[in-house]
This record gives sequence, structure tokens and C-alpha cells, in this order.
Amino acid sequence: MIALSDYLMVGAILFSLSVAGIFLNRKNVILLLMCIELMLLAVNINFIAFSHFLGDTAGQVFVFFILTVAAAEAAIGLAILVVLFRSRRTINVADLDTLKG
Amino acid sequence: MSFEKFLFYVFAGILVFAAVMVITRKNPVHSALFLVLAFFNSAGLWMLAEAEFLAIALVLVYVGAVMVLFLFVVMMLDINIAELRAGFVRNAPVAVVVAVAMVAELIMVVGPQRFGLDSVAAPAAKPAEYSNTEELGLALFTEHLYAFEIAAVILLVGIVAAIGLTMRKRPETKHQDAATQIAVKASDRLRVIKMDAEEKA
Repeated sequence: MIALSDYLMVGAILFSLSVAGIFLNRKNVILLLMCIELMLLAVNINFIAFSHFLGDTAGQVFVFFILTVAAAEAAIGLAILVVLFRSRRTINVADLDTLKG
Repeated sequence: MSFEKFLFYVFAGILVFAAVMVITRKNPVHSALFLVLAFFNSAGLWMLAEAEFLAIALVLVYVGAVMVLFLFVVMMLDINIAELRAGFVRNAPVAVVVAVAMVAELIMVVGPQRFGLDSVAAPAAKPAEYSNTEELGLALFTEHLYAFEIAAVILLVGIVAAIGLTMRKRPETKHQDAATQIAVKASDRLRVIKMDAEEKA
């Protein structure tokens, strides 16, 4: 039988991989967005696993809302990316220093 | 090892492999395609956890819509990959150390000794007539109705924001303005001049 810890460990590995991806590709905004999608996926796996093992549908409802928010986030993020590329001709994070932060 | 467990390892293995490929590929198009593979395999995992509706929704919404959007944007932008890859090798050791430390710590917390089958027993399989979609719909439209409506508003805001950000007026394009074309009168275009007839030489 599949144990709850199996799902949780897959989620943990996926989450850590996407954190590593943010470290590796910290100049490329597109890959940063993809890594955020992977992170949300890892979180969703945890929600689904707990929902299954505790017999509570609320976890799946949460996943539903996370999917909604993630889709909106991806759409707005990519729109910002397109506008950014139009004005600066680059998507390198290091070049985005207009705010002088 | 039961067949379910075997399927779980296949899905989980391909999922982790696809995630590694997403973060290490040079070409963002390849990364996006491997992300599609990752979504597909996690949909399989969700199917094993009896969350059928969300598994299908993940494939339809993510693979069908969000990843296509990613691919569109990646292919539309003319980016210099080599410049963006600078620092990849330099950052790699830090990334590996952080990832390994995180995995080790997380597995210590959520590992088999705390969330194994002994502490959390596997639930009995649902009967054949059980409908996950019905169950989810009941919860969504009764207990979580307001949250559902807020989700609809969030999607609307997403649409408005994405269109508002990317739409632009381009003064150099030559397009027709139907309103001014219709509003034009004959007197604006044609001028009738009275003049004497010319005599033939």
C-alpha cells in the first residue's frame, strides 16, 4: 500500500528541486516562473495526499483554489514579462535595477 | 509490491526526473516541455490518491492552457540564452547543498517514522459508484461558495490585468477608423467649382 509519507516525500523532493532551480536560474525570469509553478505543484501534492488519507474533501477544494490563483499568477507574470521585454529588450534579472534597491 | 505501489514509483520517478530536467536545461522551450511532463505525472499521482477531478483539471488547465501560454511567451521573446546562463556553474554547488539539506530535513519531518502506514493507516478503497466530482462539487458549492466566487473574481482580475498590461497603441500602424469613414460627407471630399467655358484656340 502507498503510505502518506511516500506522497509527502515526493512533495518534499519536488519542492527542494524547485528551490534549487531558483538558485541555479536566478537570472532568467521565465525559469523563475516555472520553478514557482513546480513549487505550487509540490504543495498541491501534499494537500491531495492529506485529503486522501484523512478522508476530508476540504483539501481538494484548497487545491482547486491554488490552481485558480496559480493560473492567474502565471497569466499576469507572463504579461509583465512581455511588457518588460518590450521596454528593456532583456529578461535578465540583473538588468532590472531601475528602482535602485 | 502491489501494482499500485509500482505505478506510484513510476509516476514519482518520472516526476522527479522531469523536475531535474526543468531546472537544468539550457533552452527554456525544453524546460517548458519537461514541465508539461512533470504536470502529467503528478496528475497520475493524484489519480492514485483518488482525486480524479483535480487530476483531469490539472491536465486540462495546466498542460492545455498555462503551459501553452508559457511556450508562446518563450518563443515570442528573442532572448540571449548564454547571457542568462552566466553564473549557472558558480551557483550550482550552493543550490545542490541547499536542496540536499532541505530534502534531508523535510524527510526527517515527514518521513515514514511519522507518517508511515503504522501512524496513518491507508483509507479503504472507495466503492465503484463513488463520484469524486460530485463530492468536490457538493463541498465547493455549499461550504466554500464565497471562496468559489472570489476565485471567479480573481480570474477576472487576471484577464483584465493581462490584457491591460500588454495592450498598446501603436501610432505607426495604418489602420482604418470606421467611425470617421462613415461620418464623412460628400462636401468634405468633393468641391464643385463654377468657371467659364474655355474658348477653342
